Amino acid sequence: MADVQPMPGAPGRPERLRTLITPEGVDLRLVVADAGARAAAFLIDAAIIVGTLAVATIAIVLAFIALKGKPGEILAILWLLVFFFLRNAYFIAFELRPGAATPGKRALGLRVASRDGRPLTADAIFARNAMREIEVFLPATFLVTQGRGVDALITLAGLIWCAVFVFFPLFNRDRLRVGDLVAGTIVVRAPRRRLLPDLAAPGGGQRGAFAFTSTQIDAYGVKELHVLEDVIRHNNSAMVFEVAMRIRRKIGWTAGAAESDWDFLSAYYAALRGRLETRLLFGRRRRDKYDI
Amino acid sequence: MAGPTLKSQRFRSEREADWVALDAHVRKAERAGARALSDAELLAIPVLYRGALSSLSVARATSLDHELVAYLESLCTRAYFFVYGTRTTLAHRVARFFAVDWPAAARALWRETAAAWLLMALGAVVAYALIRQDADWFYAFIPGEMAQGRDPSATTAFLHSTLYDNSAGKPLSAFATFLFTHNAQIALMAFALGFAFCIPTAFLMIFNGSMVGAMFALYAPHGLGFQLGGWLLIHGSTELYAVALAGAAGFRIGWTLAFPGPLARMDAVAAAGRQSAALMFGVVLMLSVAGMLEGLGRQLIRDDAVRYAIAGFMAVAWSAYLYWPRRPALSDG
Repeated sequence: MADVQPMPGAPGRPERLRTLITPEGVDLRLVVADAGARAAAFLIDAAIIVGTLAVATIAIVLAFIALKGKPGEILAILWLLVFFFLRNAYFIAFELRPGAATPGKRALGLRVASRDGRPLTADAIFARNAMREIEVFLPATFLVTQGRGVDALITLAGLIWCAVFVFFPLFNRDRLRVGDLVAGTIVVRAPRRRLLPDLAAPGGGQRGAFAFTSTQIDAYGVKELHVLEDVIRHNNSAMVFEVAMRIRRKIGWTAGAAESDWDFLSAYYAALRGRLETRLLFGRRRRDKYDI
Repeated sequence: MAGPTLKSQRFRSEREADWVALDAHVRKAERAGARALSDAELLAIPVLYRGALSSLSVARATSLDHELVAYLESLCTRAYFFVYGTRTTLAHRVARFFAVDWPAAARALWRETAAAWLLMALGAVVAYALIRQDADWFYAFIPGEMAQGRDPSATTAFLHSTLYDNSAGKPLSAFATFLFTHNAQIALMAFALGFAFCIPTAFLMIFNGSMVGAMFALYAPHGLGFQLGGWLLIHGSTELYAVALAGAAGFRIGWTLAFPGPLARMDAVAAAGRQSAALMFGVVLMLSVAGMLEGLGRQLIRDDAVRYAIAGFMAVAWSAYLYWPRRPALSDG
């Protein structure tokens, strides 16, 4: 999964955080899915639907040829039902499952939730997907007919009508589409993350080689600590070099001959976190390096 | 050298096994449903979930490991949705839908349903009156490909044959399936279009009524009005009923959007949307019955009296099911 890497700044941007207090009184701080992820998830689902329909159509046509057209009626019914169910039941069936996500949403780490924090009901899922009729299928039909047989003004009106629904999610804070609005739902990020190793965990053999003084450790705050954590986890050599040089300059550290930049950062991270967490336990959270 | 371990590291190593176990259980439930979990796992999840939530609170307050907090937030969110998700089984939910939700939604939307019926009647009367004055109006209501020769220039004999021929060789059940999927799509459209402040749905209702009116205006002068009634109503009593309910569901959404009442607009629309969605699910079921009656019943039954009897029975049965007074405890549902 791609989502194990913490993207600096991306998932936790405050304007996309929504408060959800559990009955136990803990705020889960949900992250609203952004429009790009929603669109990507939909494209994956659309590809699955179209692909399945194509495969089913080919299979039915082959069966029709192989059986010399005898059970044509059954095959016709079959095709109509496959089309009907793919169009209407695909989203509903997947969102009714415990994961409340279609394969596309699951791939992007998204799920549907109820806006009021109560359990998601079948009615809500039905409502949000019935609205796809005007959000997706009407514009698609409009696209296929290419405005044949109507004058330019009606085509323009149709275009505006479709644009209102297609771009609706971009014009509200919660990225709600019309279906979400009508069903009282919201799409949030709920990706599965792997628990990565603790960077400050003892075990890096060279850590003993670094002995920072109290003033050196006190150079930074929590914000810098988190940036440092991201740098170490991404482990991009140019970035590690750059940051290591900058920290050395700031704290006045002279690098030993065999000292690696990554070891230095990792040791400094452990020392800084130890210091800041101790102060945290005494009730003092140092926000950043300017917060003395 | 072991190094000085931080409090946050000890905190993590003491609880990590529980988190991983919770993660595995929730993942299993997400993939294969709650039934895939063993009893022991099911009982363990709430305990592990509360443990993880408490870990999250502690981690937010004492740990500066960004990754750990993010992991716990995502784990707790997934577990929360599972623990506080819907608990009903499919069978129970289906039973509740038929016993409570569907009739309750229909009764709650009786005003909208009446409005939809009135608009259809209006369309029918206007179309009938216009065509009786000037037959050319017929082409405005019935598109050429739908008329299939049934236009003002047709002879009485031809019109009579359209009502009673069993369209030899036409695969009946495929036709029924086509009618069902087509009508269900139109009904969903009528529902969804209600969002635009009821106006497109109102047009659809009038248009639907006007097609019925136009057909009567065509057949009545040939003395076939009564026979056309049987031909249309054998499935039409169910289908028009379903269309009226679909229109009502659309009206409820559009109306609530315009006039939300005491609730905040967003909450009011969400409540209206869920209620009308229950009704729409019923509409799709009704349309599958109508498709069956239209594709099979109408082609096989050619006696006017039987056609009218079926039409009447269906209308009474639907009305009784949806509107028969129930105990108040149920109608609150």
